[in-house]
Amino acid sequence: MISPVMLRRRAALIRAARSFFEERDYLEVDTPLRLPVLAPEAWIVPESSGSLFLQTSPELCMKRLLAAGHQRIFQICHCFRQGERGRLHLPEFMMLEWYQSGASYLELMEECEELLWEVADVCGLAGMTDQPGPGFSLEPPWERLTVAEAFARHGGMSPEAALAGGIFEEVLVTKVEPHLGVAQPTFLYDFPAQLASLARLKPGSPQVAERFELYLNGVELANGFSELTDSEEQRRRFEHERELIRLDGREPGPMPEKFLRELAGLDAAAGIALGLDRLVMLLTGSTRLDQVVSFVPEEL
Amino acid sequence: MYSASDLRKGLKVMMEGNPYIITVFDFSKPGKGQALYKCKMRNLLNGNSTERTFRSNDKFEPAPLEERPMQFLYSQGGEYHFMDNTSYDQLVMSKEQLGDNANFLLDNMEVSVLFFRERPIDITLPIFVNLTVTMAEPWAKGDTSGTDTKPVTVETGYVVQVPPFIEEGQKIQIDTRTGEYMTRVKE
Repeated sequence: MISPVMLRRRAALIRAARSFFEERDYLEVDTPLRLPVLAPEAWIVPESSGSLFLQTSPELCMKRLLAAGHQRIFQICHCFRQGERGRLHLPEFMMLEWYQSGASYLELMEECEELLWEVADVCGLAGMTDQPGPGFSLEPPWERLTVAEAFARHGGMSPEAALAGGIFEEVLVTKVEPHLGVAQPTFLYDFPAQLASLARLKPGSPQVAERFELYLNGVELANGFSELTDSEEQRRRFEHERELIRLDGREPGPMPEKFLRELAGLDAAAGIALGLDRLVMLLTGSTRLDQVVSFVPEEL
Repeated sequence: MYSASDLRKGLKVMMEGNPYIITVFDFSKPGKGQALYKCKMRNLLNGNSTERTFRSNDKFEPAPLEERPMQFLYSQGGEYHFMDNTSYDQLVMSKEQLGDNANFLLDNMEVSVLFFRERPIDITLPIFVNLTVTMAEPWAKGDTSGTDTKPVTVETGYVVQVPPFIEEGQKIQIDTRTGEYMTRVKE
């Protein structure tokens, strides 16, 4: 079970994150956890809840609020993903997700820097001098590396070659990630278009998507992007994901038709999801999620 | 048949025709990508370790291993003789096969023998064994060298560090997992 000190630090950190967004005119929202339709994602397996599903992320509901005209929204909620359990994974975890209309992924990177700098400062953890490494600093600006640069530097091959060989994940996890976020946090950005997910392709460079991931001490902490607002393109991507799910021998859920309909009314926006348990782990110098949540599944 | 999501520390699986035990296991999953199952595994036949990364659609045969309770009879010329408690079949294992375990085997000790396709490959000892000290330097009172342990030899020939008050002829308890002295055994 979590230590009393850690439980208090966790609460302080969540409180600090909440006030960060409130001071910036973000509206806190809470969307339903049980949903009839989820975004089809090939490698994220949902848990059922009666005839519905538990959310794997609040993304679709939050974007529908965005499309309805809410300009800046954030949410702190639990998400559920089947079979994910390890040092850095829990099948139920806490997500901090926020969206800003009119913004691109570049502005969100800057907001990430401010968020962590402020939250760590409020919690008395600024600089984290004793971990993860000597001299580690959260002070912005942080390192920014494109996926192509990171693979050339640490992976020994291009992202295209890794994708063609079906080993993109292996190269990323075993060769590239250990070098990210070591002296300061790293933004890994401009992912190959095949890995765009719900991100828009980069104007002028459609081979990459405007998507980034934030790393601290080799740990992936957040995933953000400039939102794709073309609902026809989004439908094609969902179809592709559903096909991958079928090829893996699973039955894909239904197409999110209401979301696709309302997406057509969404103006340019950017959004990001950040794993709050991982943030608590990293800012407290912990090494496993088990140390920073009230109970892990094995204790229930 | 196991799938990758069954993998965990301690699981024994077949890989490339050899039985392996998983000694270190880590689940990882990059961004929106596929789950990876990182394993450090030890070949149960030759003891070599290797690191492998698996994906969720990888499948594994369980290693056909069987444990049988047996009694250690005696050793002679580097050969160790065991007897099956139910069938009374006997088998012989070499010192190399037994590794460090050979240091703690006493005649008539109950052990568990691990078989791979009817071939004995390893044994599991009781966690604690009591062994008689056969050779020990006397404790020189007034020794100011500052050392708080001394080496003694036990009846199997194994040499272990013990507190200075242990004397020849006494029994001591040893943890077979670490090979370390635990306590003096009062008869």
